[in-house]
Amino acid sequence: MKNALPLWEVFIRTKNGLSHRHVGSVHAAGPRMALEAARDVYTRRMEGVSLWVVPSESITASDPSESASLFDPAADKIYRHPTFYAVPDNIKHI
Amino acid sequence: MDQNLAICLGDDALILGHRLSEWCGHAPSLEVDLALANIGLDLLGQAQFFLGLAGDADALAYQRDAHEFQNCLLVEQPNGDFARTIARQFLFSTWQELLFRDLAQSKNPDMAAIAGKALKEVTYHARFAAEWTIRLGDGTAESQRRMTEGFDWCWRFTDELVSGDNAALRPEWDARINTTLAQAKLDRPKPVRGITGGRAGRHSEHLGHILSEMQFLQSAYPDAVW
Repeated sequence: MKNALPLWEVFIRTKNGLSHRHVGSVHAAGPRMALEAARDVYTRRMEGVSLWVVPSESITASDPSESASLFDPAADKIYRHPTFYAVPDNIKHI
Repeated sequence: MDQNLAICLGDDALILGHRLSEWCGHAPSLEVDLALANIGLDLLGQAQFFLGLAGDADALAYQRDAHEFQNCLLVEQPNGDFARTIARQFLFSTWQELLFRDLAQSKNPDMAAIAGKALKEVTYHARFAAEWTIRLGDGTAESQRRMTEGFDWCWRFTDELVSGDNAALRPEWDARINTTLAQAKLDRPKPVRGITGGRAGRHSEHLGHILSEMQFLQSAYPDAVW
């Protein structure tokens, strides 16, 4: 049965003001049941205040074989990192 | 009267919670396994509150014999296949949802608080079971057959839920059941002569088997602690 059901990616907003973050995936027959499965599998311990589910097949992923050309060029461009600024202590999520 | 009601509701939750725990590790998928265990744990929590309202929850759960339990007969029925478990859950949780909605307005503040808390849980249980009812009823030929058989099995035990003190719930319960059955493209089971008696302690043989497992530790090692 499990193999016949489509896969859904699960995103949780842990609290208001934060972004939804990917936490995993569930198998379910439809969007509503995917939400229920995500609720049961991933929010048992108060992990979130909002859930998104997205059909896994809707996600276009980058090709690992292209990672050198996609990502390596950023490696030596340290001036793109905001590390030259002092971050105030009370800024938690930057 | 409230004490008697608390025992009935506590026993319902305790026995069905135990039944659902039997699925742990055996459900059709990981998602369903967790969902059924979650529902079982919700029910166990409700049992603790309701039985605590009636007396010593542990003593009531572990030191009574079958004829002293007042749960409805539906909850002690064997799990059967997944479809029958879903049918049982749908019929029961829908009833619980309607009942707790009323009890949340109870003049007894403890009863109102417990029902109010439990209402959030059972609203989800009813929704979960309704979704699966529709999915299986309006699914393959086999899932439809199994869902039909599940409802046929459970149907004779539903009279007990919506008669007597709870007769006023029947029209709305009927309407809710009919709506989901229609969405699931399932026929409402033919009227059968209802079997009642659970509230009066007259149970099927299944309850004794449940208790022998549930109360094993207390029987073998009375008042054991660790």
